[in-house]
Amino acid sequence: MKDIREDIAWAQINKDVLKSLENPRKLYWVILFIAIAMVGVAVGCEVYQYNTGLGVGNFDNPHVWGLYIATFIFWIGMSHSGTLLSAILHLMHADWRKPIYRFAEAMTTFSLMTAGLFVAVHLGRVWNIYFALPYPNMRQVWPNFQSPLLWDAMAIFTYLSSSILFLYVGMIPDLAICRDNMHPGWRKKLYTAIALGWEGTDRQWRNFRVTYLTIACFLIPLAVSVHSIVASDFAMSQQPGWHITSFPPYFVAGALYSGCAAIITLFIILRYVFKFEEYMTMSILKKIVRLTFAIAMVWTYLNLVEYASVWYGDDQAAKHLLIQKATGTYAPFWWMMNFCGSVVPFIMFFKRFQTHIPVMFSVSLLLNLGMWLERWMIVSPTFADGYYPWTWDHDQWPSFVQWGIVFGSFGWFAMLFMIFCKIFPSVSMYEVKEMVYHRSLATKKLEATGKLAATGKGAH
Amino acid sequence: MGKRHLLALFNNFDEAEAVVRELRSVSLKGFDASKDMTVKSPIEHPEVEEFLGDKPVRVQWFTLFGAVGMGALMFLLISAAQGNFFAQMKGGKPIVPFPPNFVLTYEMFILGGVYITVLGFLICAGLPARRSPLYSVKVSEDQIGILVKSEEGSSATLKSIFTKHNALEIQEEAGK
Repeated sequence: MKDIREDIAWAQINKDVLKSLENPRKLYWVILFIAIAMVGVAVGCEVYQYNTGLGVGNFDNPHVWGLYIATFIFWIGMSHSGTLLSAILHLMHADWRKPIYRFAEAMTTFSLMTAGLFVAVHLGRVWNIYFALPYPNMRQVWPNFQSPLLWDAMAIFTYLSSSILFLYVGMIPDLAICRDNMHPGWRKKLYTAIALGWEGTDRQWRNFRVTYLTIACFLIPLAVSVHSIVASDFAMSQQPGWHITSFPPYFVAGALYSGCAAIITLFIILRYVFKFEEYMTMSILKKIVRLTFAIAMVWTYLNLVEYASVWYGDDQAAKHLLIQKATGTYAPFWWMMNFCGSVVPFIMFFKRFQTHIPVMFSVSLLLNLGMWLERWMIVSPTFADGYYPWTWDHDQWPSFVQWGIVFGSFGWFAMLFMIFCKIFPSVSMYEVKEMVYHRSLATKKLEATGKLAATGKGAH
Repeated sequence: MGKRHLLALFNNFDEAEAVVRELRSVSLKGFDASKDMTVKSPIEHPEVEEFLGDKPVRVQWFTLFGAVGMGALMFLLISAAQGNFFAQMKGGKPIVPFPPNFVLTYEMFILGGVYITVLGFLICAGLPARRSPLYSVKVSEDQIGILVKSEEGSSATLKSIFTKHNALEIQEEAGK
């Protein structure tokens, strides 16, 4: 299996990555153009909804949460990819993460920015977004501190700002490389300003290492708390089907799952668009695919636990809802969710498909479709099958406005992500150098041990 | 006599280490290896710390202060705000609800920890910084730099040490 060459020159690593900032393949511009067009669709829909009211999205009573909240959870989930690759694998000393963690961190940041938009869009009255914050007010509107919606606002703000800092701090040595190698112009000025005068001194590296590790340690419990709180948005409400004990871990597993699937998608796109074949190797793809498969099985297990708990439990409303999901209006989507989330990943079980780019690209898209459907199937069927009988004939089909805004959110994410990859190095140059250096040292040690053994001076 | 900066570039860590060891053992007027010598490298290399000797990192103290301080402060502020501004009729529920406040305190604990850690990093690493008197872009590429500050009269000795250990390039500039 081809991996990053140990003998690759450090200067060559700089050159290859810096080239990606100036000279991507034409597909880059195609993706960016499509993404901007998608954002245009979403902006049009939002302007229409803003002027007319939430009714144009087909929201009514009891359907107060629709695709907006489902997609909000989807994007929050997507954000867990960066934490997994950057923080968890960093603490586990998995050095294969080094060429790909930067774009995963960027994914985290932009997913959270996209998720944040849905809070505003879902409100309808966008100008009242500040009500989500726990500000001390004297205007007869009392933030409810017992509500997980308020916790959510705090948790997401903490996660977003911490993720931005984590991304930025980890990028400082690379920004200095950009500063040193760019021709005079706006880029050089930008890199000079944000590299903060980094020179790679022993003092800077020493403090850098501790800082990066510390933020990584904070991000892991933070990521878990964010999605647990999102699960509490449901679990602490009074609707059927959201009260299984395993709800928070189910949400966290789903988040890691969709994040990993998105990493595979973006890995394949970036590898081609920025000509990163030398760094984003098949060996790394194989490892991400295996990790994704493992998480898919955890998710599947938790999904089955949920079904079993409802089936054998004493909550008749939840049981009725589960039957409705499998046989009612939403059944095609529910079955599709189970198929994409639990059956499709078995393709990743086969070795020959683990590094097959077209197959893995398709699988990753299907997995994310499954994970998006999962969120939709958590939200809408519950409102169509609540505790009151009058809700039972209220199936909701989202209008083009809802679909347009959801569709556009993918464009928004892709646009931000692609612009980021064109301005900032999406492969960490200094970490790839470290990886190559340590591997070459290990090889030298092995060779030396082999020579010693051959001359009879080895272990004896 | 004025101070003079010298920057020598090396091809690998072994040569840089040999230079550092020799500079620490040599006795030069106006040169203190622990203060006047800086190693610059393109990667984070733990061995550099080993051969430079143990130097304290104090970022963790900022982390501790930030996390505990922010968590405690927010808990007190939220509880005080609830007690003073939100003491409306709550249907028998406590005016200061501890479990939700613990959730918010947890988030603020992390927020404070991260923010103050980054602040601590900037302070401890001396960032943002002006460029040092001598800088080579080769350091951000693939070479290891050793920057020393010494009396003008010592520069010949320093240069000979650098040359002995295969310095690729030596830059020299008068200090202020």
